[in-house]
Amino acid sequence: MSILLNEDTTFIVQGITGREAVNLTKECLEYGKGAKVVGGVTPGRLGREVHGVPVFDTVEQAVKHHGGPIDGSVVTVPPAFTKDAVMEALANGIKIIVIVTERIPRQDVAQMVEFANECDARIIGPNCLGAIVPDVIKMGGIGGPAKDAAKAYTPGSIGVMSRSGGMTTEISSTLTAAGLGQSTAVSIGGDAIIGSTYTELMPMFEADEQTEAIVIYTEPGGRMEAELAEWVTENNSRLPIVAFMAGKFMDEMPGMSFGHAGTIVEGKADTATEKIARLKEAGIEVAEEIAEIPDLVKAQISKKQEVTA
Amino acid sequence: MRFFEYEAREIVKRAGIPVTDYGFTRSADEAREIAERIAGPTVIKSQVLSGGRMKAGGVQFADTADEAKAHAETVLKLEINGHMPRGILVDPKADLKQEYYLGVVWDGVRKKPVMLFSDMGGIDIEEVAEQHPDHVGRMHFSSRTEPLDYLAKECIAQTGVTGRALQRITPILSRLAKLFLERDMTLAEINPLGELKDGSFVALDAHMDMENEARPRQKALLKDLEIGDEETREAREATEFEIAGEEVDGMDHRGVAGNVTEFDGNLGLVIGAGGGSLTLFDAVRKFGGEPANYCEIGGNPSVAKACGLAKLVLQKPGVDKIAVMMSIVSNTRVDIVARGVIKACLELGYDPAEKIAIFRIPGAWEDEGYKILDKYGVEYCDRSVSMHQAAKRAVDKIGAAA
Repeated sequence: MSILLNEDTTFIVQGITGREAVNLTKECLEYGKGAKVVGGVTPGRLGREVHGVPVFDTVEQAVKHHGGPIDGSVVTVPPAFTKDAVMEALANGIKIIVIVTERIPRQDVAQMVEFANECDARIIGPNCLGAIVPDVIKMGGIGGPAKDAAKAYTPGSIGVMSRSGGMTTEISSTLTAAGLGQSTAVSIGGDAIIGSTYTELMPMFEADEQTEAIVIYTEPGGRMEAELAEWVTENNSRLPIVAFMAGKFMDEMPGMSFGHAGTIVEGKADTATEKIARLKEAGIEVAEEIAEIPDLVKAQISKKQEVTA
Repeated sequence: MRFFEYEAREIVKRAGIPVTDYGFTRSADEAREIAERIAGPTVIKSQVLSGGRMKAGGVQFADTADEAKAHAETVLKLEINGHMPRGILVDPKADLKQEYYLGVVWDGVRKKPVMLFSDMGGIDIEEVAEQHPDHVGRMHFSSRTEPLDYLAKECIAQTGVTGRALQRITPILSRLAKLFLERDMTLAEINPLGELKDGSFVALDAHMDMENEARPRQKALLKDLEIGDEETREAREATEFEIAGEEVDGMDHRGVAGNVTEFDGNLGLVIGAGGGSLTLFDAVRKFGGEPANYCEIGGNPSVAKACGLAKLVLQKPGVDKIAVMMSIVSNTRVDIVARGVIKACLELGYDPAEKIAIFRIPGAWEDEGYKILDKYGVEYCDRSVSMHQAAKRAVDKIGAAA
């Protein structure tokens, strides 16, 4: 099993005629069992095709053409138009939206998230590469071209969540090399406000029988890791978690942003040091290096099995 | 981006929040004129984008206009934490009865803006929240509609404040919340809001941070405040090296090869992407390496851009070698980065095999990239070598060379 996506998931690409979106569409069509990309939207481009995918002016036209509800959308339009594109997708019944676009003001993100909540829909990102179910489907640029994605990701029992798109692949590849496949890997986005935090995805991984452990990539800035630590403590999660924290050097450089828009030390709670302490308190293992992750995961899984046995 | 206090006060004033009859100036003579107009005791406040103004002597009190001028002269020349003041604010000295804190920030977990209020104003809100939690009110509100007064009222009432203060502060907090959304702020603070002995409520200091990403749509306000696009207002002023890095990144629109930050080590870094750079920078330091810089490449930059960045780093005084490293790439092409960094070495008359301590970029087009690296004898590794191992190799090599 998997979370968020499966082989039947249908989605559209908003902004499909852009250079990166054209590549992304091809990658998704070619990866795993082949994603069901049922349409694309670029205003004014009705009637065109991108790798055989029909292009529409509106999401409504795409839904009509498909003849029923569409599950998802990958949004790749420029930052000034992203909010409108996402609102349009939500208003047309789309339930899972991956926002690839960077540099969206957080007010826009907050508004999209509020509307998504009203629509009972979920946003992944912004500033993310989407999600992948190894050998089955990918939604977004995660892992890159099909053959590259196939090298890094293999099916298995580890759920991966990461604030960095590239590190989602680096970590998954490290797991793969150690014989640990992934149930679903999600690039959750690098902004200060994102549609789905670790904590919001945890219940889905909990409910997924295939998932036995979680690996997360974290950074300074924000309260997302503290939120996860609280959740783990309160919910007595069945899933062991191994975390990796990047950007420790930033603790000495408050007020400066590195790597991602959301990665900035604004207060004590934002620092790598403080976050590592919070995660450890909640029983989450924190790896010093990426290469240590597989062994820590294996040890955690066998520890859990001993407890249940 | 941060605003100076005089700008923040102007923003607050435009939102209909009462402020004192202050004046901003860059000259001591004008400071005297403003003090004369105020016709009473004044406060002279240095306008710097740095905390610790009071401690550093950047805030002075004057009873007469002459005294105001004398203080203005001193404060205008006073450097605070490495910043020279932009000017000074001459403010009537407030006859205070009580100080309050009003703030609005984003809550990234709830994904909503939140109003903050305290009846213990004038001090750091984090400190109040820690030591006197019952003196801090919090109220989340929707970013999709105009914030309503009753939410501000509830926020204030949480602290037990009632009576006239509650009535008068409610619209001020609600206007601050409205301003926060309208102006795309990430922080809007009035600290303190003063309740004066004459019964009026005025903002005595304001702190505003606008989201960089929203600058394009806040152009009108920025123009009014005479803030040009070139004013980035980062926490630290950009160095020449960093400005040169931005120029490299601006060469064309393909991908990123920039976000350069200067450090003073001997190992030049050409690293990426966002998370990869953070991981690799930490890794170099973990093994005792001294990075000369931080940077980010990604999004498939052109050969020219990768070359430009590598050249910039190679030419930085004190740099002995460079390490070219990334997390596994899927969009950026390995061969393009390889070509760029080798070109940079050759154009500067260096042997790539000597100058590039390690090349660790696995992923898209890696075989093509490795062929080029083989040709020039550059040491490289694939994904079987971890980012940390690669960083260690670079640190070892530079250690052996030194």
